[in-house]
Amino acid sequence: MPLPSTAAVSHRAAARRVDAQMLARGQREISVSEFFQKNRHLLGFDSPARALLTVVKEAVDNALDACEEAGVLPDIGVEIEPVGADVFRVTVQDNGPGIVERQVGRIFAKLLYGSKFHALRQSRGQQGLGISAAGMYGQLTTGEPMRVLTRTSRRAPALEFLLSIDVAKNRPLVHRRSRVDWDVAHGTRVEIVLEGHHQHGQRSVAEYLRLTALANPHATIRYEDADGEHTTYPRTLRKRPPLPRRIAPHPHGVELGTLAAMLAQTRRRTLSGFLSHEFSRIGHKSAAAIVAAADRGLKGGTSPHALSREQTRALHRAMSTAKVSAPPTDCIVPIGEALLRRSLAARVDASFVTAVTRPPAVYRGNPFQVEVALAWGRATEGSPAADREHLAADSPARLFRFANRVPLLFQPGSCVTTQAVVDTNWHHYGVQQTKGALPIGPLAILLHVASVWVPFTSEAKEAIAAYPEIEHELHLALQECARRLQRHLGTVRQAHDRAVRRARIERFVPHVAAALQELLALDEAGRAAIVARLETALAADEGEDP
Amino acid sequence: MNPERTRALALIEQTAREVADAIARGDLPELRFPLRSLANVRYEPGGGFALGPATKTRSLSAGGARSFAQALRMMTLSHQMLRDDDFASKREAYYVSKNWGDCRFESQPESDEIIDDLEALVSREGLVREHLGFFPEEHAGSVVGMLTVVDTDPETGETVEVDCRALGRGAYSIPRSVEHLSFRTDAKFVLAIETGGMFQRLHSHRFWRSSECVLVEMGGVPTRAVRRFVRRLADEHALPVYCFVDCDPYGIANIYRTLKVGSGNAAHVSAAFSVPTARFLGVTPQDILDFGLQDATHPLVDVDVKRAHDALEHDPFFAAHPAWSAALQQMLAMGVRAEQQALAKWGLNFVLQEYLPRKLAAPEAFLP
Repeated sequence: MPLPSTAAVSHRAAARRVDAQMLARGQREISVSEFFQKNRHLLGFDSPARALLTVVKEAVDNALDACEEAGVLPDIGVEIEPVGADVFRVTVQDNGPGIVERQVGRIFAKLLYGSKFHALRQSRGQQGLGISAAGMYGQLTTGEPMRVLTRTSRRAPALEFLLSIDVAKNRPLVHRRSRVDWDVAHGTRVEIVLEGHHQHGQRSVAEYLRLTALANPHATIRYEDADGEHTTYPRTLRKRPPLPRRIAPHPHGVELGTLAAMLAQTRRRTLSGFLSHEFSRIGHKSAAAIVAAADRGLKGGTSPHALSREQTRALHRAMSTAKVSAPPTDCIVPIGEALLRRSLAARVDASFVTAVTRPPAVYRGNPFQVEVALAWGRATEGSPAADREHLAADSPARLFRFANRVPLLFQPGSCVTTQAVVDTNWHHYGVQQTKGALPIGPLAILLHVASVWVPFTSEAKEAIAAYPEIEHELHLALQECARRLQRHLGTVRQAHDRAVRRARIERFVPHVAAALQELLALDEAGRAAIVARLETALAADEGEDP
Repeated sequence: MNPERTRALALIEQTAREVADAIARGDLPELRFPLRSLANVRYEPGGGFALGPATKTRSLSAGGARSFAQALRMMTLSHQMLRDDDFASKREAYYVSKNWGDCRFESQPESDEIIDDLEALVSREGLVREHLGFFPEEHAGSVVGMLTVVDTDPETGETVEVDCRALGRGAYSIPRSVEHLSFRTDAKFVLAIETGGMFQRLHSHRFWRSSECVLVEMGGVPTRAVRRFVRRLADEHALPVYCFVDCDPYGIANIYRTLKVGSGNAAHVSAAFSVPTARFLGVTPQDILDFGLQDATHPLVDVDVKRAHDALEHDPFFAAHPAWSAALQQMLAMGVRAEQQALAKWGLNFVLQEYLPRKLAAPEAFLP
């Protein structure tokens, strides 16, 4: 099976790699397992500390996706247990629908197997790489197989699997399969033993889970870290977000490698049928137009399996310039402004929080939607909410980046979200900023890009590529938030100024009254009346009800 | 209590009443003072410098609340002094404010500013700051001659009469405030003299007796008390006032001009303190020629030239008097100045034997 390219590598480089693989097609099945064994940094396993986090992340992403697809409010348990020097057992358990027996091996121990690839839907995982790569990493560093426990319902038995990957053949090896007692109605539990490094701070598992809870208020996440410390992030919202709708790929957005893979796998017998059934916004008429435009001897009735490399490229070109309507955009489910505001306010100690969810837009045929929330911190430290982060007035803005509700902890510098914040002219909105740097102030900014296909800069899914359409939407959302912040700061300043002004005047009211009392020989009541009258007049002047 | 003090008391109380009435109406009160800036100063050829109609407002606003309250406090101080027949110098008033809490003044210019405002306010009623109980700090001048000053003993209230002919070699020292004084005199004129040395010479030789005049030592630019003293003599006893100062731009444009018409910086008190009838006896630039003083002169220095040009170009007094413009031009052309004492070139007593008699023989020739 050819390796699908992603926006990870530049398009030209992707095309080059895919060409090489297409040449090899039919001679020998390329082992992607082998490939990733040699290139594990591409998947986020380049250091022991990151590897630990990546394994947790892949398992949690899968667990949340599974719960949502099944319509269950997620209850996720995460445990990191030290089993040796720099060796940990990572356990992630969910209350999802469970996995049917014959799928288990392929899901967990065959790279690029997944339900999320050809039909596009906004979900956390997208390539079917993550969890099997995690298992493979454990296997490579400790030799331990992956343990999977799953149960689909109370009526079905719970099954236990010990799995590893046949690296050369990209095939699951099932070491043990047995029925076990498991006291859950349905769900899946994955255990991976790996070499890793447990660390604290901004790139820790705890931070990842904390942010995940922030973007997924409908989930409960329990965490037991390597020191045996328990933390629970309880759900704050009892309503599930609507399940994002699945859409077929749009002809403008499909990558060459993906197209080649789809051609190879389709059950359609004709090119025309392939195009009109497996892509959105293509009917028979536009399918015919695309085939005609591709030329190279292609006909509507050509078998999709019979295309040469050159014909595939011609078809891809024709598709990417075809005159078809934009993809449907109602398939994106944003977090929503109200929840974003609540989540951010729960995370940082803020005096002002605002959020903007932009309408959905399209880049390269992929619908996406951008959300930005902004918080302005309280002036003084040591507020009653000690669990909330204090935002220092003299430090750069704190960024929280998310893609499809998954927190992004690495590579902020190469992420379009950071770039959009840096490129916004914060000066214009009354916030300090050095050119080309993050704004300075008690400021936290949450940025969320949701899409059926988030264009990450690498398979490790750490930074979002700078597509102009995405950058543009981020700018619009940031500017709107900044405008609101500016208004808020203006109001605060005015109120403060008014109060200062009034206090300045009020200091002298007793003097005025005392002087008039003496000059006019007033009694005490007369003096008090002057004070009362002046206070009333000052309050009216300040625009308040006295 | 003299009638001016009674009027001042009434004026303060009326102003306070207006403030209280505004407060009772629910308004934020304000005090209006005549604007003392030069933009609001007019020169009236007859009466000298005077304030125009522009006013400034001190109100109970963020920027003005402090000075508004301070003005009321200062009015209270004045009120107390008038009731108790007491007085305070500007410096003392500044120190009194140290007991006013938030209303205290941080520096004396601040409190002087408020006192000057109050003075400008009552100047509309023909009153001056001495009527409010605020006396100047500076040393006033001395007086000798054909004059009896009638004062009272502040403690006993008894009348005290000072015969300015019977002071030996000493002189009567003009008090800080002259409002309560009255005079008896049969003098023919008042001679206002710049320097103490010249005053002493004329006094020693009893020039006041031979010329039947009153001698006043100004000691530079005359203080308020000196100007007021001379003004009252001129007004109440119809005495001509002749001014005898150095022949230099300072003597002419500062000392004499201030005595006669006041100054732009204190336009609000010019009406009360200037002596519009004063005339300039000498020393004039022409005197240098007429009395052969050329070799007793000093060259004009830069500051003299600048002062003369300022007077010619900006001082409305000189614009209103072509004779004075001509005299200053003459001095600039000669490039020299001469002191009163230069007359000693012809002998120590030349001034009283020759110069003054010759000049006094033709007062109509004095510069205006």
